[in-house]
Amino acid sequence: MNVTLQVWRQKGPGSPGAFKTYQVDAISAEMSFLEMLDVLNERLVNQGEDPVAFDHDCREGICGSCGVMINGRAHGPQPGTATCQLHMRRFPDGSTIVVEPWRAAGFPLVKDLVVDRSAFDRIIEAGGYISVDTGSAPDANLIPVPKTVADTAFDAAACIGCGACVAACPNGAASLFTAAKIGHLNLLPQGHAERWSRTERMVGVMEHYFGSCTNHGECEKACPKEISIDFIAMMNADFLRAKLANRRLAAQYR
Amino acid sequence: MTTKTETRAPLPVEFYRSAIGKKWVMAVTGLGIIGFAIAHMIGNLKMFLPPVDGVPDIDIYGEALRRLFVPILPEHVFLWILRTGLIVLFLLHVHAAYSLTVMNHRARPVGYQGPRSYVAANYASRTMRWSGTIFLTFLAFHLADFTWGLPPVAPETWERGAVYANFVATFSRPPVTVLYVTASLLLGIHLYHGAWSMFQSLGINHPRFNRARKVAAYVTSGVITIGFIAPPLAVALGYLK
Ligand code: FES
Repeated sequence: MNVTLQVWRQKGPGSPGAFKTYQVDAISAEMSFLEMLDVLNERLVNQGEDPVAFDHDCREGICGSCGVMINGRAHGPQPGTATCQLHMRRFPDGSTIVVEPWRAAGFPLVKDLVVDRSAFDRIIEAGGYISVDTGSAPDANLIPVPKTVADTAFDAAACIGCGACVAACPNGAASLFTAAKIGHLNLLPQGHAERWSRTERMVGVMEHYFGSCTNHGECEKACPKEISIDFIAMMNADFLRAKLANRRLAAQYR
Repeated sequence: MTTKTETRAPLPVEFYRSAIGKKWVMAVTGLGIIGFAIAHMIGNLKMFLPPVDGVPDIDIYGEALRRLFVPILPEHVFLWILRTGLIVLFLLHVHAAYSLTVMNHRARPVGYQGPRSYVAANYASRTMRWSGTIFLTFLAFHLADFTWGLPPVAPETWERGAVYANFVATFSRPPVTVLYVTASLLLGIHLYHGAWSMFQSLGINHPRFNRARKVAAYVTSGVITIGFIAPPLAVALGYLK
């Protein structure tokens, strides 16, 4: 199949960028979106041109490295799918596809389609962990966790930190990412000890880099892991409780 | 031994400084304003009640509002307490909206250069700041019309306390009716997103009630809109004279 690409090309953070049109012919419909970009890049290199820079790593939808705006939607038209798992058969033959990097103040552009997502690392550093003493590995299932709670925590833990929620949000908010990380740990007994300080600190760092949630729900639809905005409601509730809770009685609160 | 805690601003200040805190304030003040809107709408529907001893029912209601808690408090005092509360609600709602808007614009200084295609965000949710601002300007007109009786906004015959007559006089002017109906629809659109969004901001979320949240929000916005539109239309169509 043949497609026409309009790709955002920008040499570096300060330099001006623009869409450039490329004709990509004779590609297989079974290729992933990234493989199609690989084909384009091979051809560009052969012509002595600068290849299109884009992020990728696992190419199996689990690392969160990939991600671009495809026709105005984060990760493209297929729900619950990262860019690397999106196949060209999703596009009609001969179609024109607009490819653009994530746009957010918290994600400064590096080159072409690559943005710097280290603001997410700053949020994680603020509390996206549990502190444990090292030692021998504890027995599995030693700490009882209700199945439903474990399932919910797992839904949140599915977040791969790709940044699609920020990219899709009309406000450039990182609420879904932060809420997923907070929810994942706050739900589990191991995370309870640091529940209030974690919520407060991670929200603080999130608001330093990103916008605020106005409940559009775009993030949920863009998320390759289909994480629910229910976690954002949970984060909002936990944030108030973090402010009000008597930390000396931390473990007393559900 | 106690660990050192950072010095903090008083809790409400500190809470309001955060965006999530502002969203809480938006939701709570929004809820208060919805409560007022419902009471106001019920009051307006008294236009349809028959007069008591020749005095229109809505005029009696207006007088009762001014005389709320009268033997305990002097006349007008409780009404002014309510009004002050309402003004504070509006101020907080607007201030929080304003500063969140500034924050959100900063969060994406360079916008998308290609067209966006939205999946979940709807017309109501993306125009909140516009529907809100336009409605606020309409409120100035509305106060000049009914509360202050400022011509030419208010009809020539405007008279303090004569609610029924003022109502009929004002909506005997078709452009004014159109303006009020439009403003009510705008409020409906604002509430369509706002009333649901409120639950999320307040962290009220439960798989069993999540559908009910939407239904409650849509019914509220629908009822308020229809309740506000009905009396002016009844005047414009000649049903109320
Ligand atoms: S490359 Fe790892 S998720 Fe797409």
